[in-house]
Amino acid sequence: MGSVTRIVVQRLLLGILTLLVVSIVIFTAVNLLPGDFAQAVLGQGATEEAIRSIRRDLGLDQNIVLRYLDWLGGVVRGDLGVSFAQMNFQSNMGGGEMKTVAAQIAPRFGNTMFLAGVTAMIAVPLSITLGVLAALYRNSAFDKGANLFTLSSISSPEFFLAYVLILFLAVIYPVLPSLSNIYEGMGFGERLEKTLLPALTLTLVVTAHMMRMTRAAIIQLLSSPYIEMARLKGISPMRVIVRHALPNALAPIINVIALNLAYLITGVVVVEVVFVYPGIGQLFVDAVKIRDIPVVQAACLIFAGAYILLNLTADIMSILSNPRLRHPK
Amino acid sequence: MTNMSRRGLLRTGAAASVLAATGLPLRAQGKRGGRLRVGMNGANTSDSWDARTHSDIFMISAAQGAVFDNLTEIAPDGSLRGELAESWEASEDAKTWTFTLRRGVTFHNGKSFGADDVIESLQLHVAEDSKSAAKPIVAAITEMKKLGEHQVQFTLNAGNADFPYLMSDYHLLIYPAGQLDEALSKGIGTGLYRAEAFEPGVRFVGKRVDSHYKDGNFGWFDEIEYIAINDGTARMNALMTGQVDAINRIDFKTEALLKANPNVRILEVTGNQHYTFPMLTDVSPFDQVHVRKALKYGINRQEMVDKILLGHGQVGNDTPIGPANQYYNADMEQLAYDPDKAKFHLKQAGIDRLNIDLSASNAAFNGAIDAAQLYQASAGAGGIEINLVQEPADGYWSNVWLKKPFCAAYWSGRATEDWMFSSAYEAGVPWNDSHWDDARFQELLIAARAELDSDTRRGQYYEMQEILRDRGGVIVPMFANFVGALSTKVGTPETVGNLWQMDNARMAERWWMN
Repeated sequence: MGSVTRIVVQRLLLGILTLLVVSIVIFTAVNLLPGDFAQAVLGQGATEEAIRSIRRDLGLDQNIVLRYLDWLGGVVRGDLGVSFAQMNFQSNMGGGEMKTVAAQIAPRFGNTMFLAGVTAMIAVPLSITLGVLAALYRNSAFDKGANLFTLSSISSPEFFLAYVLILFLAVIYPVLPSLSNIYEGMGFGERLEKTLLPALTLTLVVTAHMMRMTRAAIIQLLSSPYIEMARLKGISPMRVIVRHALPNALAPIINVIALNLAYLITGVVVVEVVFVYPGIGQLFVDAVKIRDIPVVQAACLIFAGAYILLNLTADIMSILSNPRLRHPK
Repeated sequence: MTNMSRRGLLRTGAAASVLAATGLPLRAQGKRGGRLRVGMNGANTSDSWDARTHSDIFMISAAQGAVFDNLTEIAPDGSLRGELAESWEASEDAKTWTFTLRRGVTFHNGKSFGADDVIESLQLHVAEDSKSAAKPIVAAITEMKKLGEHQVQFTLNAGNADFPYLMSDYHLLIYPAGQLDEALSKGIGTGLYRAEAFEPGVRFVGKRVDSHYKDGNFGWFDEIEYIAINDGTARMNALMTGQVDAINRIDFKTEALLKANPNVRILEVTGNQHYTFPMLTDVSPFDQVHVRKALKYGINRQEMVDKILLGHGQVGNDTPIGPANQYYNADMEQLAYDPDKAKFHLKQAGIDRLNIDLSASNAAFNGAIDAAQLYQASAGAGGIEINLVQEPADGYWSNVWLKKPFCAAYWSGRATEDWMFSSAYEAGVPWNDSHWDDARFQELLIAARAELDSDTRRGQYYEMQEILRDRGGVIVPMFANFVGALSTKVGTPETVGNLWQMDNARMAERWWMN
């Protein structure tokens, strides 16, 4: 077990380093974009004087390195700062409360996690079952049908899948709402109902990958001697796969699931826009549009963090699922 | 009352009562009850109840349209009527204005409304460091005097006949005095709807107050919900599937699909929103009137309305004054596409073939690049060679507009002629995007500003529009309609406001459930 702890600590430290690099890259990239917050916010109303005064108020006229170090100093102390938009309001009003980036992002991130959670609850069991069945009846019509369906859904753009689902489930057979405008204080049942369509869309997107990995991993094991032994004992093919093959195929499957879960957190922007789902993706896009660096940075840290943690979880899970790694000689 | 001169009618706010006395049916009658759900764009996570920061339809509809009131209000037909002000009166020189306020009005928190609220709310805009867009309006007031609990007197630095009109601006909301912080954070006004839930950039829910001074005339819904849907397709979907009852800004390309749905109707009005090609009139060759004239004849306005707006608009006549303005000169002769005349004027200017750069980006307006290409093609026949320079959308307003001698731009228009002209056509103002400085025009602008006689004023503004058409430096090829869509369950009055989208953003007040 000691080795697992060591791996965790090692990977977490590496993760922090990764986050640092990510933040530098994003900070530089956003600054390289043409235009800045002052120009984006003022739009047609931009006069030299107004731009100068906003830049001065937000400290945008300072050296880029200084600004980055200032931001980094805040993050180390656990302070993600205040968004430019809020600070700009503040200086307009000359008083009042300011919402921090953390307070701004928290409810949005919660919504995104909820959507990811609902999707995972549907997609993971579904794709593993499909994968197992496809392995069991490999090269049958079912196998080919499942492959065709999942591959064509992963190959279509997300917004297309979303509109197809809306067409069938909201327009022709109006069983689900096409608008997923969930809000705080909404009952769980209603929230779930509103989240179903985007969750189904995402399910279609992530299922193929997980299902095909399950199928491939199991089929690869089916030629091993111990499976043959099991078959010779006379156990049913289903039992062979579920009891004997699947546990040994878990490591690659878990890896793929982790990758897809990370995608559910970081890659849902388009789906959020189509269904008007108030998640972090929309906030992120808005922030990039107006070059609101504190929000962009915070969102990127969350995205990167999600990848790092989920990958770490995947590695640990595959170690735990493999007795040989669990008890190294 | 009957002996009142036109001059008196304009000078005092009694206009509304005179019109009411004539027994004209001012509106179709609504019905109480129901819940209105509207999907709109223009919402941001940084939105708040601070009207100084409002600039887009979502917050304007929620704040001015539901939770708050102004002193005055622009009626659907473009006339002015009192909101929190009952009447108003000007001195002869239009410099001193006395407003009599409505009695018995209370804020949502129970505080009663009076003169202090007006003064304190307006002062918000001139606070030090305030970046309010309404700052120039309030800064022109040199003194605000409380004459009584329900009477305020404003003294202006110069006469302005439009002053009561300006008080209807959506930035100039009335907040409760002494409770500004609370009102700004929670949304406490005197409007028909109390703010029930507000998530910036996501949604707003308002509940009808129990009793209101507009009872029986306006405010038919029990509850309203505004949902932020920034994506056009998602808005249409929401309306088609009955998730909302109305949406703003529909995509013209999908209009046919909306029309095919029997439960949906289109709401379309032509207002003051216009797309422009301003040229700097102090830069060669645009400093020559004949070159400007050639450019005016070289553009095919009708083609632009047909192809860029897909018919949802009206040709412009090179003035920023549109159908939602009081003194819009609708009968002025229309500039038409005429390549021969363009050639003629070029010759007058002593130019054989004119080569110019036109800077455009779709940041200027939707379809600006296409419009510039159409212009390029039509002007070519008139001997004008336009070289289209595609500019990046980012920073367009900072780096191109007001900087490049000939570019694309847009204006949402203003409620009054003076406001529009003094924003973009008065000599020396920062947004004068054609560097327009014409002696006669300037003289008329100053004279009309303080003119209280409606007929004289009309003459002045008509002449100004003619000047702009004949020698102005801004090509205004088209006025773009405001197009929204709503469910047939929603009833609207016969006349719908055209100053701004969605019945001047006042659908919560004016519409009802059938």
